[in-house]
Amino acid sequence: MATLVRARDLVKEFPLRRSLFDFLSPKNSVHAVDKVSFAIEEGEVLGLAGESGSGKSTTGRLLLRLIEPTSGHVEYRGREITSYSRRELEQLRAKAQIVFQDPNSSLSPRMSVGQAITHPLQIHHLYTPSERKERVLDLMEKVGLSPADFLYRKYPHQLSGGQSQRVVLARALITRPDFLVADEPIAMADVSVRALILQLMRQLKRDMGLTYLFITHDLATAKYLCDRIAVMYLGRIVELASRDELFGSPHHPYTKALLAAVPVPDPAARRDKNLPKGEIPSAINPPAGCHFHPRCPYAMPKCSEARPPLREISAGHLSACILD
Amino acid sequence: MPAEKTILEVQHLSIAYPISIGVVRAVEDVSFTLADGEALGLVGESGCGKSTLGLSILNLLRPPGKVTEGKILYRGKDVLTLDSHSLLKLRGQNISMIFQNPLTSLNPLITVEGHFLETIHYHDPAMEKHAALAAVRKMLQTLGIEEKRLKEYPHQLSGGMRQRIMIGLALIMNPDILIADEPTTSLDVIVEAGFTELLAALRKLYKLSIILITHNLGLVAEIADRIAVMYAGRMMEVASSAEIFARPLHPYTQGLIDCVPNILLDQKELVTMQGSPPDLVDPPKGCRFAPRCPKVMPICREETPLLREHAPAHAAACWLYGAQDAVASQGDAAASPRKD
Repeated sequence: MATLVRARDLVKEFPLRRSLFDFLSPKNSVHAVDKVSFAIEEGEVLGLAGESGSGKSTTGRLLLRLIEPTSGHVEYRGREITSYSRRELEQLRAKAQIVFQDPNSSLSPRMSVGQAITHPLQIHHLYTPSERKERVLDLMEKVGLSPADFLYRKYPHQLSGGQSQRVVLARALITRPDFLVADEPIAMADVSVRALILQLMRQLKRDMGLTYLFITHDLATAKYLCDRIAVMYLGRIVELASRDELFGSPHHPYTKALLAAVPVPDPAARRDKNLPKGEIPSAINPPAGCHFHPRCPYAMPKCSEARPPLREISAGHLSACILD
Repeated sequence: MPAEKTILEVQHLSIAYPISIGVVRAVEDVSFTLADGEALGLVGESGCGKSTLGLSILNLLRPPGKVTEGKILYRGKDVLTLDSHSLLKLRGQNISMIFQNPLTSLNPLITVEGHFLETIHYHDPAMEKHAALAAVRKMLQTLGIEEKRLKEYPHQLSGGMRQRIMIGLALIMNPDILIADEPTTSLDVIVEAGFTELLAALRKLYKLSIILITHNLGLVAEIADRIAVMYAGRMMEVASSAEIFARPLHPYTQGLIDCVPNILLDQKELVTMQGSPPDLVDPPKGCRFAPRCPKVMPICREETPLLREHAPAHAAACWLYGAQDAVASQGDAAASPRKD
């Protein structure tokens, strides 16, 4: 398999501006993403899991250069995109797309479903206007927006939550991208709608040969959809492994804690959780060494000294813990 | 009569919201009981009426929402007929409620201490400040929050801590019933798990009865003794948690359980439910789930099935389990807690 997208030592710091006199005081910044490296193979679903503030959404945006990295590299099909010109970047936008959590804030209330899905084709000057309509209707049927010619003229407020998310998906897929960043696409949806969207994403991936970066805080969903999963904590990847490896033999104490905390829809499976102490610290002044050490049940003095490197502990299974 | 003491009883409750295009029948003919010390999970998707039902128990419905029929009995007294003075006492001293987003429930201009003192003073104006503060400190200890947080404002607290403060405020006057409406939806997984543990501890400590309103089947499976499933304003199924998950009777409950990814299972495909919930201004005739039901029969589209006991302490509103006249006499017992 060829590598489609690769991130190397990606760093994103957001400067904090507190007041006018800020230049007098030492510079503060939020280390949203801290030297993150991974590769996404063509045709796979890579999950990016973590709690809020772990930097997973920022990483997703960096991969598409929706925000500029502070340092580090992103390669798309072997080509560095951090140095792309405006025109090259525009071409990339047709090939690498993103869908967000809340479909209602992603859709303009003044654009009909048809207009919204056609819009990317107009921006990228693809196809003739009559071809466009045909393609849009065709894709609408594919994502389950049917009858398509009826829904074509509807506006977002006339749609159900599930339909809106399908419109957002169709809009992202109309330019026939090969890479899709899905940033918590089902977090706002109802339980029964979630399953439908997940299943649709799986089917679209097969039919259109898509590659996904699936960003989620829900490991149960990641287990259902992803081939490999990277777990992030405070801007760093702490563990990266295949789905079976990660759920079968998790290594990093944080991954273990996350897995134990997931509520299981089965009262017969109530478990002892052994939760980590405290809460995720601020990314402004993260703890030294391993970011997780203040909460880690296995912490040793050494853990606060240096950042443990993300090392391969078995084939394809990476973990950033000195215990491994 | 049920063997356990019933603390709250909702009888044939209907709630409607008259709006310009008609009347939204948000809750229709819902009955259930809550036993003393029991945790009941009220489960359903958005718009099923679970939050409306929760609000009505404290008589907190906002106009145009109105109870059109039915009774809500707290220890035998109808909440809906209480005068405003008794109602204010009921809220907080007998029944408390916490909501999804603690930040919108807390006043950004008041410190944690201020929130607690205000609540105490409101319910017990005679209590002296030092006595009140002592009670607050004790509460913070129970919640696992450091005392220095008393002087802080809501924005200085993390999401998990805010929700713990909320539950502390809800319990400071020692109520019997806590209604928690999606209490963990805005929280992260690990914080959520911590909150769940805290809730279990508080439940024992304060001998609480809990109504947990949520769409999260994982959460109810962890907390609730009994589960009531709502769909489109109607009660579809009521049984113990173990029963509901092991032997769901109603096709909607089955669909709901099957479509949730379970981290302990290796699911190749999720079973999905087609369609979406009906318009509550003009709900379908018969069973409201009939248009989406995989096992629909002609009678389902004609007549509304009532909630009836079809297995011991396991009630469902579904025609699949036969004509209801035969068992109608046991009907009211069906929605009561298990008697073992």
